[in-house]
Amino acid sequence: METLERVLASHPFFDGLESAYLKLLVGCASNVRFPANAYLFREGEEAHHFYLIRQGKIALEIYAPHCPPILVETQEEGDILGFSWLLPPYTWRFDARVIEPVRAIALDGKCLRTKCDQNHDLGYELLKRFSNIMDQRLAATRLQLLDIYASRF
Amino acid sequence: MLPDSEIASEIASPVTAAVRPDPRFQHGCRVESITRETPDTFTLVVIPDAVTPGDGVDVHRFAPGQFSMIYVYGIGELPISISGDPNLPGRLVYTVRSVGLATKQLVSLRPGDWLGVRGPFGTSWPVRAAHGKDVLIVAGGIGLAPLRPVIYHVLRNRDDFVRLIVLYGARSAQDLLYRKELAEWGRQPDTQVLTTVDYGGVHWRGRVGVVTTLFKHLRMHPDRTVAFICGPEIMMRYVIAELEQHRGVPARDIYLSMERNMNCGMGFCGHCQYGPYFICKEGPIFSYNRMRGLLGKYEL
Repeated sequence: METLERVLASHPFFDGLESAYLKLLVGCASNVRFPANAYLFREGEEAHHFYLIRQGKIALEIYAPHCPPILVETQEEGDILGFSWLLPPYTWRFDARVIEPVRAIALDGKCLRTKCDQNHDLGYELLKRFSNIMDQRLAATRLQLLDIYASRF
Repeated sequence: MLPDSEIASEIASPVTAAVRPDPRFQHGCRVESITRETPDTFTLVVIPDAVTPGDGVDVHRFAPGQFSMIYVYGIGELPISISGDPNLPGRLVYTVRSVGLATKQLVSLRPGDWLGVRGPFGTSWPVRAAHGKDVLIVAGGIGLAPLRPVIYHVLRNRDDFVRLIVLYGARSAQDLLYRKELAEWGRQPDTQVLTTVDYGGVHWRGRVGVVTTLFKHLRMHPDRTVAFICGPEIMMRYVIAELEQHRGVPARDIYLSMERNMNCGMGFCGHCQYGPYFICKEGPIFSYNRMRGLLGKYEL
């Protein structure tokens, strides 16, 4: 458990988080591994976790009929994967397929939601941090949609 | 660190007066080779005519970031950045994306064909400003071409610089330029090369995401980083925001290449005017300090 706490404490996502909160989070955390081509989750499944990726690479994909999966984004070492656990209806919107074997820390979303409901300060801290990630992903997605390398630019 | 006045002077006068060519003189050049880089982008190597009447200067001497006006006989003239090694004399290298009539004709030339070259023109990347520092190259799409001479220069003068970091974003895997070289650069000591594409195909195993997402993989030292950026203006705005607001790199250490409708290369025609500047003459390389008030202005 000490090791998990140290890993969480050293990640930029948890920068400045009070150690008491960190201890609460460790209670919801576990080490996980996924081999190549495994799925961390699939679209429509219940979102139980989010992941702090320690090693490996993951493709976020959307399936469309009669064509190969559409690769939307990749996530790798240092990334925080998943915020569907935070917002109703708590279901994944993408498939997360492992490209390179993944070592990660999984944080149990149900466990965290319960702790956040009991401790709103912790909830607010986490919400601020996830809002920042959502903001970055939204900005990146908009830029991606612009197709800036097309010849019109 | 160089004083600002010296940096400004380096940007403003990249080629000494002794080798500055007559900007009106067109040198006949022979196409040595043409290589397909991506489905619509080609690299031409051209050899200037050995005996050039007129001004008697080395047309092939250039500084990283400069461009030539290339005349496709009977079609027209167009500005193309020089993408070769500034330390390899006798060869001019251009990477050209085929998007219009002149560029389509240019990339359809064959070895042995002739074209006209004026220049080199414009300001250059102030590589001396990065001496003793980390060099951060951020390129998008064909924007890697004008930055490649900087990479050659840094790798050739490795002791003058600390780390070399190249962040490169392209539209898709098949649109990545210089793939072999990117891999080779990434194997050099104290060099980090990260690439990403906006759209990943089925078999792509690299990163998918916009170029700004690469910053999270860097351990930057903002006080000893000099950034050179080239790509679509939208991309450069986002990259500058990331550098300034999130990474703490000061505006004076950020340089960018502006490219807008350059037509004469001499600041006469006015086509490339951008606020108070003629890009072809006072650019294309600018310090972000000079562009700060202009970049993203609706009226420009």
